Amino acid sequence: MPEFLAELLSQNDIFTASTIMEYWGGLVTTVQLVFLSLVLGLVLAVPLAILRTSKNPLINAPVWFYTYIFRGTPLLIQLYIIYYGLAQIEGIQQTFWWEIFRGAFYPALLAFTLNTAAYTTEIIRGAIVATPSGEIEAAKAYGMSWALRMRRIILPSAARRAVQAYSNEVIFMLHASAIASVVTLVDLTGAARNIYSRFYAPFDAFIFVALIYMALTFMLVFAFRKLENYLLQHQRPVSG
Amino acid sequence: MIDLKGYGPALLDGAVVTIELALLSLALSLALGLIGASAKLSKSRVAIAIATTYTTLIRGVPDLVMMLLFYYGGQVAVNNLSDYLYDAYGVDFFFQFDPFIAGVLTIGLIFGAYMAETFRGAFLAVDSGQIEAARAYGFSRWRTFHRIILPQMLRHALPGLGNNWQVLLKTTALVSIIGLTDMVRVAEEAAKAERMPFHFFIPVAFVYLSLTAISELFIKWLTKRANVGVVQGS
Repeated sequence: MPEFLAELLSQNDIFTASTIMEYWGGLVTTVQLVFLSLVLGLVLAVPLAILRTSKNPLINAPVWFYTYIFRGTPLLIQLYIIYYGLAQIEGIQQTFWWEIFRGAFYPALLAFTLNTAAYTTEIIRGAIVATPSGEIEAAKAYGMSWALRMRRIILPSAARRAVQAYSNEVIFMLHASAIASVVTLVDLTGAARNIYSRFYAPFDAFIFVALIYMALTFMLVFAFRKLENYLLQHQRPVSG
Repeated sequence: MIDLKGYGPALLDGAVVTIELALLSLALSLALGLIGASAKLSKSRVAIAIATTYTTLIRGVPDLVMMLLFYYGGQVAVNNLSDYLYDAYGVDFFFQFDPFIAGVLTIGLIFGAYMAETFRGAFLAVDSGQIEAARAYGFSRWRTFHRIILPQMLRHALPGLGNNWQVLLKTTALVSIIGLTDMVRVAEEAAKAERMPFHFFIPVAFVYLSLTAISELFIKWLTKRANVGVVQGS
């Protein structure tokens, strides 16, 4: 640790090494939670979005219903229903599921995953629907099967259109993850709340954590801008 | 009808609190959004810098963290102010910072930033010839704004406004965390006391769902009205 930092910490009542470690633990929890829920949500959302664009109402209606429910209600309520509700399921306490869901992490992960999957499904659906019909016709003319067309033409082209909206969803998820602190999980916000109540120092505790969130947000914005540049490289005007 | 174990009236009161909170925050966010958008489009460098800092700061911080900061920090700030006033001028001033006020301020401030972006885009979408024509007719700045710019920008702003409102409505659930007895709070207490989470949370979820569904219809109607004079390609 640089000397000036050590000196600063030793003179500070609140930001001692132990509170910094508490924030660090919170940061790890937040990043794990957000990263896992985004990956799982994306994995769920791609097939759901394809089903959602199906013309058969028996296939697309259930997916529509799922996204409608999860997008029409607050994430906090979904978290409460899953966190408090899972424990009430008859007989769950005798199965191995109870070992997984008795803590707060996995219920929160489940709620976040289902929520982000619903939003992502709609984002990808919008991108798939907007595929220029000429691209699909050309693929058909080449004799591509449905699966090949999906994999080679429609999904890559949809990914380019979806990336902007998806970056907003990722940032939204990072911010929404703060509510995990409500179900006793010590994420970044949870750590800030603990430190606030220990020192009764709302400004120090919350402004510090706000700065961490802000740094995370700007890192994500930067990463997505790079990704967008990469995906849309072929569309950039040629300039000298 | 489902049996709400006597929590029915409390839930209904909570729903009213939620709606009040949402509407008041909406009003605040619309006002801040208009001011923010005007500042961003003004020629003053200071105004642009302030507005840009505001929208950037808001977009970087989670709503819950900001709410906790405002609620707990707000009370400390009020206490400090009241101590200072008493020491310096002997004024006895005290003000209880309640969750409702903290909620309206936070949500209004957060969505004000999003509204500012929406309005900025909508202002820019108004044809500059329209504004020049209004000036040529000798309209004052205010009159140009409310007769020419406002009706024409509304059409461009509505989709964004509608989106923001739907998100805002769902964000009001967070105020239950700082202790406001809205319907989420009532449902949480009832669910814990009766050990019946599904029984209380699902009706509340349903209320939110119907509020968003009604808003959707209303926004559709408004969009139709705002687009009355526009010729659309078939």
